[in-house]
Amino acid sequence: MDEAALRSLTPSVLAVLVRRGADFAAAEDAVQDALVEAVRVWPARPPRDAKGWLITVAWRKFLDATRADAARRRREDLVDREPVPGPAPAADDTLQLYFLCAHPSLTPSSAVALTLRAVGGLTTRQIAQAYLVPEATMAQRISRAKRAVSDVRFDRPGDVATVLRVLYLVFNEGYSGDVDLAAEAIRLTRRLAAAIDHPEVAGLLALMLLHHARRATRTAPDGSLVPLAEQDRGRWDTELIAEGVGILQAALARDRLGEFQAQAAIAALHADAPTAGETDWVQIVEWYDELVRLTDSPVVRLNRAVAVGEADGPRAGLAALAALDDSLPRHTAVAAHLHERDGDLATAARLYAEAAHKAPDLAERDYLTRRAARLNARRCR
Amino acid sequence: MAKYLLLKHYRGAPAPVNDVPMDRWTPEEISAHVQYMNDFAARLERTGEFVDSQALAPEGTFVRYDGEGRPPVTDGPFAETKDLIAGWMVIDVDSQERAVELAGELSAAPGAGGKPIHEWLEVRPFLTAPPTITE
Repeated sequence: MDEAALRSLTPSVLAVLVRRGADFAAAEDAVQDALVEAVRVWPARPPRDAKGWLITVAWRKFLDATRADAARRRREDLVDREPVPGPAPAADDTLQLYFLCAHPSLTPSSAVALTLRAVGGLTTRQIAQAYLVPEATMAQRISRAKRAVSDVRFDRPGDVATVLRVLYLVFNEGYSGDVDLAAEAIRLTRRLAAAIDHPEVAGLLALMLLHHARRATRTAPDGSLVPLAEQDRGRWDTELIAEGVGILQAALARDRLGEFQAQAAIAALHADAPTAGETDWVQIVEWYDELVRLTDSPVVRLNRAVAVGEADGPRAGLAALAALDDSLPRHTAVAAHLHERDGDLATAARLYAEAAHKAPDLAERDYLTRRAARLNARRCR
Repeated sequence: MAKYLLLKHYRGAPAPVNDVPMDRWTPEEISAHVQYMNDFAARLERTGEFVDSQALAPEGTFVRYDGEGRPPVTDGPFAETKDLIAGWMVIDVDSQERAVELAGELSAAPGAGGKPIHEWLEVRPFLTAPPTITE
């Protein structure tokens, strides 16, 4: 059994321990210990029933820890009412774990860390490496998060929207490291989609798949960003696109539109265009109108201005942009792009340089700087 | 989830409120200051927000390439350098507001008379990895 398959058993094993009466924090520690032992022992002696083995070992670890805590009376109580190892826990238990780990009382970074560990089965070290913080810091973040939710009742349904926000964060903040966070986010969202029938879960999964399909083309070999219009579409992953589109269509057919479905619809329209020039920008603008209605987010309005610039020409895009607060992140970059398309290269070059100065990430800063440099070089010739 | 640098200057930041150089403090005041800094870092580790903390010697050397086959040129330190970094703390927090809040607490480290120094700290965001979804 490979590591991913092993980790996929984490939430159901954890859920069994919690059902048996272990508190969440202790159960989570015990499952981690059992996973570590599995990695050590299984290569030589693979178990016949992987999940059964994990449950047995995790439960023993939990009892050992409880014993070590000198909570003897409590342990005896638990042993007394230990249920017979029964049928596999329902998907419902996994769902409760997602809700717990994304509980609104947690900060986003805590919810992300706890989800990756308790639902994803990643080790603290892996999560620390993924987010470029010391392992001790991540260990504390996770144990604080566990304490924060330890009093939350395990049997009350949560809000799917909070879970989706956490998974979106894991997918979108793609730090480089040992762990492929985008793939991890997709794995967790797939499992969530299997556990709950909800069009926005499907929408987020479709969104992730459609963006993941472009991953290989998003950066050049030297690490620089390749904008959508210049990506080699022949290298987009057609299987992921087909899967994403299928999931999205099924979700849209249910007529309960949400922001992730609308975002996925935009990604699907890009995926559908054989060349950048054949992109159906008119339909994309319509989806942005839906998104504005659903979220009223200034960032969405900014992206809408880009789409308007493509659908109705750069002047229309600039008019849409003029209505927005120019302190928005990427506002200057969008203005530079629209001025370039409008043929005002001097203004575009100046705005690209200004946007580079304000860029929040290194790859974007370099991209904008190159853009400014190219326009300046062309104007000097 | 964003990293910020809290930058402490030997020189180059505006004067603090409690502007007495450290060599005029009592030994107890120095100890109290060091203790505050250590406690602050330990507390951030417990909240899961600590990344790194380092102090720098006040004097360094300027170095530059001097052409193929030649040793690098060294120079300095230069008295006219306006900005002199004393050290930093790197934190990983959920918001800019939280970064400012923590910098404010760090700036309250006690100095002369056991009173907060009110030192100006510079808060600088790290450039991040690019987000996947931008359109």
